[in-house]
Amino acid sequence: MACRPGGRADERGAAPLNAVPPRRAAPGPGRGALSAAQLGQPRLLRSAGFRFAVLFAALFATAFVALVAVLWWATAGALVRQADAAIRADAIALTERWRDAGRPGLIEAIEERLAVDVQNESIYLLVEREGGRRLAGNLDRMPPADPPDAAWWRTRVLHDGVQAVARLHRVELGGLLLVIGRDETERQQLQQLLTEGVIWASSAVIVFAISGAWLLRLVLQHRMRPTFVTIAAIAGGNLGSRVAVSGRDDEFDHLATVMNRMLDRIGTLMAGVRGVSDAIAHDLRTPIARARAKLEEALAGADGGEAPDAEALRAAIEQGIADLDNISRIFQALLRIAEAEAGARRAAFAPFDLPAVLADAAEIYEATAEARGQRLTTDLPDRLDVVGDRDLLLQAVANLLDNAIKFAPPGGTVTLTARPSSGARTWVEIAVTDDGPGLAPEDRVHAGERFFRADKARGTPGSGLGLSLVQAVANLHGGELRLEDARPEAESRGLRAVLVLPLR
Amino acid sequence: MRILLVEDDAEVARFVKKGLQEAGHTVEHATNGRDGLFLAASEQFDILVLDRMLPGGVDGVRLVETLRSQGSRTPVLFLSALSAVDERVKGLKAGGDDYLTKPFAFAELLARVEVLGRRPSVDAPATKLRVADLELDLLSRTVTRAGKKIDVQPREFRLLEHLMRHAGQVVTRTMLLEKVWDYHFDPQTNVIDVHVSRLRQKLDRGFDRPLIHTVRNAGYMIRAEP
Repeated sequence: MACRPGGRADERGAAPLNAVPPRRAAPGPGRGALSAAQLGQPRLLRSAGFRFAVLFAALFATAFVALVAVLWWATAGALVRQADAAIRADAIALTERWRDAGRPGLIEAIEERLAVDVQNESIYLLVEREGGRRLAGNLDRMPPADPPDAAWWRTRVLHDGVQAVARLHRVELGGLLLVIGRDETERQQLQQLLTEGVIWASSAVIVFAISGAWLLRLVLQHRMRPTFVTIAAIAGGNLGSRVAVSGRDDEFDHLATVMNRMLDRIGTLMAGVRGVSDAIAHDLRTPIARARAKLEEALAGADGGEAPDAEALRAAIEQGIADLDNISRIFQALLRIAEAEAGARRAAFAPFDLPAVLADAAEIYEATAEARGQRLTTDLPDRLDVVGDRDLLLQAVANLLDNAIKFAPPGGTVTLTARPSSGARTWVEIAVTDDGPGLAPEDRVHAGERFFRADKARGTPGSGLGLSLVQAVANLHGGELRLEDARPEAESRGLRAVLVLPLR
Repeated sequence: MRILLVEDDAEVARFVKKGLQEAGHTVEHATNGRDGLFLAASEQFDILVLDRMLPGGVDGVRLVETLRSQGSRTPVLFLSALSAVDERVKGLKAGGDDYLTKPFAFAELLARVEVLGRRPSVDAPATKLRVADLELDLLSRTVTRAGKKIDVQPREFRLLEHLMRHAGQVVTRTMLLEKVWDYHFDPQTNVIDVHVSRLRQKLDRGFDRPLIHTVRNAGYMIRAEP
């Protein structure tokens, strides 16, 4: 198991998954060959782009209607309100005049007003209620009111030889009937002008809304097209593709970034699976071959001319079972590592008291250390809550302790400590220190790799998977595994394995 | 004991059935979940040994859920090739009592079956456990042998309690790891052996008759007879 074909890392590096093309690269092959349906362009009414566009047009139209309404109220409406106010003021003034100076004064006032009205806007008519004799004003006869006794109305009149629409107000003054009005021709002209403007503007709005909607849909499709092409390529098996990021840092870029992150994650998972199958292919075959060879040898021995040696046969079978158990143990460890590497267990994260778990681990190994004449000491805080996977962390720490006890000399000391980092106190460092031979700097880099065993470790039992699991557990928790010399100056430098975990 | 084995793999089933029969148990065997459920619901068994993944629509978890919903309290041991921690938790949540990952040693299976099938009655919780002249007081948490007090650490107390609750039955190393240490993986070294031998030294020192026995290729057993 310890010997392995060289260059596995190279083989892995050449795997298509690791060769992720640059982000801005043109999306996968067959860009032109994809049909509209493949690119996710639905029929018009089902198109989200179309629906957005309709929404846009509706909003645009609503805004336009609101604008016209305000404009109308502020112009034509204001003119009407002004005319009414002027008429009302006039009526009050004339009524006063009538009260002060009677009929002649009123007639005089009306004629005065008509004389100064250069714009020919004012309309007056004073008649007797009985008989309807005309006394003053610029109307020939009483304009018909609708309803007949209405105080305010609007009708077509002939004044000063001009046909015009007028706003009229009727006031009864004793036996007299006074009609005061204002020519509304100007207002009508303005209204017509406004109406024409609104019609033209509405047409423009419709054109703009439709073209805007169409443009919106086009832009949307244009922005989404690379994503569709990429995803279609990924669905087609090209996992190396990545969605192009425009660099505009907009919603589409965010979507693309998240999607790329997801694809990277899938890539990592796939690499993990590939890693496991590589490991199985390279490193499980050896023990399987060994077990097989031994069993075959035993069978050949039993078939041989001499009387079969029951004891030897039994030993061979026992050895075979032990080998198989070992293989299944390696297999189990590989699955565990893959589980941790895949991050699938992150869902099972829960808060727990770290020192309690560490004390458990120390407790279970303490007897082993004692049996080997070693001392296992701990220095743990009273309480320290971390969020993580208790089982995996326990196993990681157990692996570190197992290693330390294995490599510490008889009479040596193994120490398990945990302390929050002295800096910002956002990390906890779990350290297992031994006074064994230590690990050469060039071996430390490889210590986390599956099945790696340093030369000095060849003589001891082990699968070379222990630190891989610790490494995977550290990564799973967003932490790291650090390997250092425990006593750099001493001859047997010892190893200090530090599992650094973030505190949340 | 009368045992129902539901296992679709013929070779594993034959091996398990033969082993259990040799250990003196009666074994009924079903090859799929549907038949297993029918047998489990219509007949009386002391324990069910179920494969987690079964053909025929009803898998081990569904089978247990159905049985439990019908009020059956028969102990269930899952056999499974799915080893992930989540799978174990899922199996136990569904109503399983124990979970054994394939491949397994037959001794391990037998030990678990016998412990599960003869669970101590919960009606009369004992305050004292006795094996020969060894006495364990659960209230005062003391251990005495022939009246002489023996000092044990808390974990050793739990270890001894577990062994004594299953006196006369084989308790395997993994069972001890799970039950005494809440440790759900194989630590690859003989950590349990060291703990047991330390406990054994404390109990047997000065006495002729050893109480904790090692069962070859299986585990440990505490019993009065040598």
